Amino acid sequence: MDVAAAKMIGAGLYSFALAGAGIGIGLIFGNYLAGALRNPSAAQGQFPNLLLGFALAEATGLFGLVVALLMLFAL
Amino acid sequence: MAGHSEAFKIDPISQFEIERLIPIHIGNLDASFTNAAVSMGLAVLLASAFLILSMRQRALVPGRFQSMGEIAYEFVSGMMHDTIGHGGKPFFPLVFSLFMFVLFCNFLGLVPYELPLGSFHGFTATSHIIVTFALASVVFLLVVLVGLIKHGAHFFSLFVPKGVPVVLLPLIVLIELISFLTRPLSLSVRLFANMTAGHTMLKVFAGFIVMMGLSHSAIGYAGATLPLLFSVAITGLEFLVAFLQAYVFAVLTCIYLNDAIHLHDH
Repeated sequence: MDVAAAKMIGAGLYSFALAGAGIGIGLIFGNYLAGALRNPSAAQGQFPNLLLGFALAEATGLFGLVVALLMLFAL
Repeated sequence: MAGHSEAFKIDPISQFEIERLIPIHIGNLDASFTNAAVSMGLAVLLASAFLILSMRQRALVPGRFQSMGEIAYEFVSGMMHDTIGHGGKPFFPLVFSLFMFVLFCNFLGLVPYELPLGSFHGFTATSHIIVTFALASVVFLLVVLVGLIKHGAHFFSLFVPKGVPVVLLPLIVLIELISFLTRPLSLSVRLFANMTAGHTMLKVFAGFIVMMGLSHSAIGYAGATLPLLFSVAITGLEFLVAFLQAYVFAVLTCIYLNDAIHLHDH
């Protein structure tokens, strides 16, 4: 196979890492909302943790995207 | 970018290019003054100006501008109190500076501006891994130093969680060690990847507008409104991400410092 084509396919496959980020972010916001509806008075106190969890989950997916970008533009 | 004469080159990556504005070479060392240096200097300048000017009046009942400065201070101070608690005060200047620097770098990257310095245009310093890695390395080295100074060899008990069966201990210690050593990497890549991905996405959607608009047809103009609306929404999201990543960087710095100050007992 052509190396350029293989790079493209590899970068595309690496983008699948973002599916995990999507699942993670959905879980965090879904569970936060479920918890907040049950106990609205405690929701505000957990908001920083929500943002932290969101950022951590998103970052794991973006690690894959970084490798994809490296494949396309750097390697 | 000047695209009046030549055909539009839609390239979402060229925005990250580093340009030497004032070439400086010392021996083999390339210490040129680049657009990255300009944007970082600007971030420091604006952050300092914001805090100095907002606190100039020192009114007992703060006005609007002073309130902004106080909110920034109390935000970081409250975050440090929640994550470190007792013993975190000496590190407040560091965490506050890190937070403000990253925040202003992120925000400056989202503001479209041009300076009469070579071909300087809006640039995100935090979209370069070496910038974020340098910041994360400072945090990592500080955590190790503080831990060793405060606890001596006892610091290494950080890698041995309490209540783990002895059989599992070698494996757990190895995992803890690796996760500790990859902290500077994950801390820097998180910020860098978020900024790079966000700005690439913005430019890709902006490219769609230009591509559709250049078709000079009614369908093209109508179709261009969709990515236009989308890129407005994404810009809003990117402002959220810019703030969030600065916050996460500061919070993780606090969590790592907390490990070094309190080990596992708190």
